[in-house]
Amino acid sequence: MQDAPLSPATLHQLPKAPTGIDGLDEITEGGLPLGRPTLVCGSAGCGKTLLAIEFLVRGIRDYNEPGVLMTFEETADELAANVASLGFDLRQMQADKQLRLDHVHIDRSEIEETGEYDLDGLFIRLGYAIDTIGAKRVVLDTIEALFSGFSNEAVLRSEIRRLFRWLKDKGVTTIITAERGEGTLTRQGLEEYVSDCVILLDNRVIDQITTRRLRIVKYRGSTHGTNEYPYLISEDGISVLPVTSLKLEHTVSDDIISSGVPGLDEMFTRRGWYRGSSVLITGTAGTAKTTLAAAFALETCRRGERCLYFAFEESPAQLIRNMRSVGMDLQPYLDQGLLRIEAARPTLNGLERHLVTLHRTVAQFKPHAVVIDPISNLVSVGSLNEVRSMLTRMIDFLKVSNITALFTALISTHDDRMDRTEEGVSSLVDTWVSVRDLEGIGERNRGLSILKARGMSHSNQVREFLVTENGIQLLDVIIGPAGIITGAGRLTQRIQEEAQRAVQQHEAARRDRDLERKRRVLEATIANLRTEFETVEEELRRISHEEQTRETSLHESRSALAKGLSADYLAAKPNTRP
Amino acid sequence: MIESREDLGADSSPDEDETWELRLYVAGQTAKSIAALANLRRYCEQHMPGRYHLEVIDLLEKPQLAEGDQILAIPTLVRKMPEPIRKVIGDLSNEERVFVGLDLRPKRP
Repeated sequence: MQDAPLSPATLHQLPKAPTGIDGLDEITEGGLPLGRPTLVCGSAGCGKTLLAIEFLVRGIRDYNEPGVLMTFEETADELAANVASLGFDLRQMQADKQLRLDHVHIDRSEIEETGEYDLDGLFIRLGYAIDTIGAKRVVLDTIEALFSGFSNEAVLRSEIRRLFRWLKDKGVTTIITAERGEGTLTRQGLEEYVSDCVILLDNRVIDQITTRRLRIVKYRGSTHGTNEYPYLISEDGISVLPVTSLKLEHTVSDDIISSGVPGLDEMFTRRGWYRGSSVLITGTAGTAKTTLAAAFALETCRRGERCLYFAFEESPAQLIRNMRSVGMDLQPYLDQGLLRIEAARPTLNGLERHLVTLHRTVAQFKPHAVVIDPISNLVSVGSLNEVRSMLTRMIDFLKVSNITALFTALISTHDDRMDRTEEGVSSLVDTWVSVRDLEGIGERNRGLSILKARGMSHSNQVREFLVTENGIQLLDVIIGPAGIITGAGRLTQRIQEEAQRAVQQHEAARRDRDLERKRRVLEATIANLRTEFETVEEELRRISHEEQTRETSLHESRSALAKGLSADYLAAKPNTRP
Repeated sequence: MIESREDLGADSSPDEDETWELRLYVAGQTAKSIAALANLRRYCEQHMPGRYHLEVIDLLEKPQLAEGDQILAIPTLVRKMPEPIRKVIGDLSNEERVFVGLDLRPKRP
């Protein structure tokens, strides 16, 4: 009653043996079925033996599980030499009693069959090998070789069935490799005997480029990824890329980072794009996509963050030279180790290898931003679907790692590539900047516009920009009578505007002068009037004074008369009158 | 054709003084093993009495010996000498095939 109830997961979870192989454990959700046989089938050269050996080696190295390798084709020496290039030292492991190699040599010409027999010898050998080192993992590579050694197929089949049963009873996790047959998984129909887990490896050559794919055909008692997953044989062994299984669950950042072009930043309301988002710059040839990308890389480094630049068109030296010509010096950051340029032709490798290179470089370098210039070239490597799925995985991977990604893509209006790129990527990216030629009469100008920016509003204008010695400069928007004007039209407009402005200035000056004149005239008139007034005032004052004087004298004479003045005076007085 | 068969016969037919070294690998006392041993003893006594050395190896007791002679099937008869090494698997019930396998020319009765 006190026991905690077992959760359904622990009840039904099949015990698994982790392979340690990159990605395979993710697809199988933990590894191969523990203590049971797994069939790995595939055509020649697809890496069955390698997968099996890696399973053993990783088991020894990482999980401390000794292993037995029973090989029916290659001798122990050959195998050891073959996998030495992957850093697997089989001899050392043998010496450490962690690994046992047993080469089963079968030569029909040496063997005559007469009467009944069974394969107890094989069981005893295998059992002895397992018991001497306490092996937990066994690889039988390739057990089908038995069919070439023994003619009694009925015996052989029942013995193989018994062998798998016996291996299961021994509790060892086994990988059996088998060659792929026509129309069947294996040439000898081994899949009927191994019912727990079947992994199919496939090696396809499409357009001269080999793509290897892995699929789990069945896995009894466990869920697993059902897709075909590309895998690679690299210097470190096999890596499977289960990235399509990623869910849209990544966390997002609210940080804004600059695009490296101030004018472009201003076109976004939040002045840049989100950290960890993916940005696509599309444009026709020669529209400065790489320059924009380099500006972003430079800005990233300037912030003291690491940037990884995949150049699929230019060598690092060429890129640095070219960017220096537009005033962007990447060299110091390259020297400081903030910038890393990985240049390769897309056709050099299959898509998966590119993806793996990216994964590995990102894991090593831990960049804050990744630039891929351009992704459209990858279309030359694979079909559209493959490129799309690869880009999906790439973008998802970068997003999950919160790495800002910037891709450039060449589009051409002359064929359907434009649609292909757009369809392929546009739905995956968060921000889409389009650069294009604005072709007018006798000239081409570069225009830049934002087609989409998830999570923020942005300018709707097509901005003309120049690639100058100081980097990219966005020009102010000039709106003419018929919309936004660029290039020579912009110049014409400016000249016209200047002329108009001059005329207006002239006119204003003339009006000012006119006014001044009028003012002066008025002032003069006012002065005149004032003078006139003064004259009149003077006159009036004078008249008034005279009047007063006369009045006074009259008064005086009157009073004198009244007082009786002398007769002389009186006599004389009238004489003075005319 | 006749010549070559004669040559082959001449080369590989056991000399009177050559000793055959035979090894029979078995795994426990199974019916097949017992039958094989009985059959083998009979052939040897019939066709090369006194000129053979037979060793029976039980792999259940000495499993480490299986690898050396590349034993898969049980029972396996290995002709170690004369060279080259030849192997016959099964219970050795078919006399003719055993002779072909061992490259042994039966004595004319």
